[in-house]
Amino acid sequence: MSDIFPKWTNRLPLKIAIGAVLIGGALTAGTTYYFTPKYTRVGYQPIQPISFSHEIHAAQLGIDCRYCHNGVEKSWYSNIPAASTCMNCHNQVAKDSPKLELVRESALNGKLISWVQVHKTPDYVYFNHSVHVNRGVSCVKCHGQVNHAEEVRHEKPLSMTFCLECHRDPAKHLRDPKDVYNLDLKISDVEQEKMGTKFVHDWKVNASQNCSACHR
Amino acid sequence: MRYFLLGFVLLCVLVVSVAGFRGSTSRKPPIEVFPDMDRQLKLRPQTDASFFEDGRSSRLHVPGTVARGSHFEGTPFNTGLIPGTTNGVDVIPVPVTRQMMQRGQERFQISCLPCHGALGDGNGITKKYGMAVVANLHDARIVKLPDGEIFNVITYGRGLMGAYGSNVTVEDRWAIIAYVRALQRSRLASVNDVPAEMQSMFKK
Repeated sequence: MSDIFPKWTNRLPLKIAIGAVLIGGALTAGTTYYFTPKYTRVGYQPIQPISFSHEIHAAQLGIDCRYCHNGVEKSWYSNIPAASTCMNCHNQVAKDSPKLELVRESALNGKLISWVQVHKTPDYVYFNHSVHVNRGVSCVKCHGQVNHAEEVRHEKPLSMTFCLECHRDPAKHLRDPKDVYNLDLKISDVEQEKMGTKFVHDWKVNASQNCSACHR
Repeated sequence: MRYFLLGFVLLCVLVVSVAGFRGSTSRKPPIEVFPDMDRQLKLRPQTDASFFEDGRSSRLHVPGTVARGSHFEGTPFNTGLIPGTTNGVDVIPVPVTRQMMQRGQERFQISCLPCHGALGDGNGITKKYGMAVVANLHDARIVKLPDGEIFNVITYGRGLMGAYGSNVTVEDRWAIIAYVRALQRSRLASVNDVPAEMQSMFKK
């Protein structure tokens, strides 16, 4: 009988167990690390048809976000400006620059500029820009310091966890509406907590955690 | 067991070296696991829509129509003109409130400040970059301009200034005009406009 199972088989169950733990652990770790927008979306920086620099326009020249994204306070969608908005200045500033060829063409005969959308929620998510910016959620919360971006890069995951972090505790994120478009503003945690708690109370903020708040 | 461990480590290294780390910059579009749910058969604003000839998912106004909720009646409030004429109305056709003035200041600083400057004197940041002729809003010519004329300059542009009709709403245009009037007044004020008890401060 002793020949049926050789001696090394005595340690087989232990080896199988170790193998299972390693493989299971690696799969879990890999899924947690990779199967999330923190990996799949963050860092996306497509090459745009025009090398528009937010750093120059927003940070150095100090142009307000809403000069170009003028729909953000009224609409669920924050618009890409029309070519005519660019041409308000670029009919004189850098007016012959080859970089602006597509803009001039678009302003002249309505040809579309194929900007690549960087920040994109899934189609089953209904995010509304206007309700957020009008209630003290700064652009910087979701878009990072886009005002200093030479090229727009996906900085925040925009995952459901990301939304819920704020919806569960809006006091940590709300700021004075006049500072919503000041992306460089630094607020200490203590100050934020104090100010945020006040806003949540005064404005009766009830950041919904109901599925239907975002999913329809 | 040794081979298994070796293989396991190699596999981990392989996965990490191919997949990389979180947050590394990528030019390629994000991976979507269930693309049929993520991207549904509906049009999002300002995306390519091959269904339409011009490829725009956000449709332009059909000529001769007005959008729901838009201002269309030929009232002085909407056009800035005295009905039946091409002359601008003299004064803002709505009561000017403190709230409106503050709104005007905010809107001025968004849409007008880059060229006209915070003081309205035509010394905006764009001047440094080749914007040669920007109107000084304190010019006697502009101070005397009826409010309705300024409304039409904002709406349709004038000279090298572009049209802001599609960027600034009708209400905001009037609010901006109210604020511009306040800016002008600030430079035209005399010492007699100051409350009597404070006048001594300026009479040195």
